[in-house]
Amino acid sequence: MCLAIPAKVISVDGASAKVSIEDIEYTASLLLLDDVKPGDFIMLHAGFGIEKVDPVRAAETLELLNEMKKYRTH
Amino acid sequence: MKYVDEYRKRDLILSIAEKLKTISKKEIVLMEVCGGHTMAIHRFGLNSLLPENIHLISGPGCPVCVSSQHFIDLALAFSRIPGVIITTYGDLIRVPGSSTSLEKERAAGSDIRIIYSVLEAVEIARQNPGKKIIFPGIGFETTAPATGAAIIKARLENVSNFFVLSAHKVMPPVMKALVEDGVKINGFIAPGHVTAITGISAYNDLASLYSLGVVATGFEPVDIMQAVLMLVSQIESGTPKVEVQYRRVINNDGNRIAQKILREVFDYRDDLWRGLGMIPGSGLRITDEFSSFDAEKQFSIEVPRSTEPKGCICGEILRGLKTPVECSLFANKCIPSDPVGACMVSGEGTCATYYKYRS
Repeated sequence: MCLAIPAKVISVDGASAKVSIEDIEYTASLLLLDDVKPGDFIMLHAGFGIEKVDPVRAAETLELLNEMKKYRTH
Repeated sequence: MKYVDEYRKRDLILSIAEKLKTISKKEIVLMEVCGGHTMAIHRFGLNSLLPENIHLISGPGCPVCVSSQHFIDLALAFSRIPGVIITTYGDLIRVPGSSTSLEKERAAGSDIRIIYSVLEAVEIARQNPGKKIIFPGIGFETTAPATGAAIIKARLENVSNFFVLSAHKVMPPVMKALVEDGVKINGFIAPGHVTAITGISAYNDLASLYSLGVVATGFEPVDIMQAVLMLVSQIESGTPKVEVQYRRVINNDGNRIAQKILREVFDYRDDLWRGLGMIPGSGLRITDEFSSFDAEKQFSIEVPRSTEPKGCICGEILRGLKTPVECSLFANKCIPSDPVGACMVSGEGTCATYYKYRS
C-alpha cells in the first residue's frame, strides 16, 4: 500500500506532470510537491508524486556500498 | 529501471551479507513495520542471507490488514445506500466484513468502482452530480496526504457530492504501542515512504525512551540489507539511534507540503486497529472545517457489532507474536483466493506474503 515507484518527469503542466515508468506514460499529481522540473525523478504513489529523488544522495549511497564491495574482493 | 536496478545488484547484496557476518554477535530481533518490506524480504529471500542470530519479524504496516472490521462493515453499509457510488483502492475490495465484502456487494448490484488515484473519485463526483461518491480512505502517512489534497481540491472546485470515510492511520503511535505492549525487539526497519512524509523526528522517542534502533529504509533488497547492517552496527556498539538509509528519497524534515495538508484536513484521534485494539492518537479524522466531506458526519448509519473471523490469528501476527505458519487456517481454509482474515487479502499482508513465497 505504501509502495511508490520512481518515475521520470517528462513535462509539467500546473499541478500535474506527464511521467514515464519504463517507457509507459502516466499522469502524476504534483499537489504534494513543489519545484518539479522535466528530467527529475519523483516517487509515484497512488497517482501522486510524494517526494523527489535526490540524485546526489543516491550516488553517495551507491559509492559507499561499492567501497564495501571493493574491500570484500581484495 | 533507474533507482531500482542499482539496488538489486547481487554482488552488493552479498557484500553487505558478508560484512554483517563479520560484525554480528548478539541475538537481534528487528521488526519491519511496513508490508512492502515484508514482501521484499520474502521475494528476494533476504532471510537466507542473514546470520542465524538475526531475526526479522513482521509488524502492523499493511493498512488493509489493520483496518477494523467495524470500518469494513461501515463501508459495506454505505455501499447499499441507493444513489451511492463507492470508489476504492483495489486492496480493499476483497476484505471480508462480518458477513460479506465489497466485491460480493458489487456482484449483488452495488455501484463500486476501483480507482488508482483518489482524484479519480473527485472526477467521478463531478460527472455524477445526482450521486453521492464515497471514498473509504485507508493508508498511512504516505497515502493520507493524497486524500487531504483531494478534499481541498473538491472544496476549491465546489464538488459537494464527494465524501471520505477516513480510516487513515499514522505509524509512530502504533510502533510505540507495540513496544509498550511488550514485543521483544531491538530495533525497527522503519517505513521509508511514511518517513518521506513525516520526517525522522517522529521516531526520536523510540530511540531515547526505549533504546531501540530505528532506520528508515527503502524497498529494494540492497536498501533492506544496508538497513539491517546499520541497525546491527548500532546495536552491537550499544548506540541505538534514528538513522536514514533511504537518503535518496527522505529529507530529515519530511515533506512539508504534505504535512501542511495533513494538519489542515485531519485531526488525530484514538483509533481501533485490528488485533491491536484502541491506540491513542493513531488515527486521522476529518477536521470540523471540512466536515461537509466527512462521510461519518454526513450519513447516519449504524452497523451491528462486528465479529472477527473464528480461528484467525491475524491480530497476533500483526503484533509480531506469531507467524502465519502457526495458524491452523493458514494455507488450507485461508488462502488468497478465499481469505478468512485480512492478512491474507492484501498482497502485502504477512499471510499472503508467506503463502506466495512458502517453500
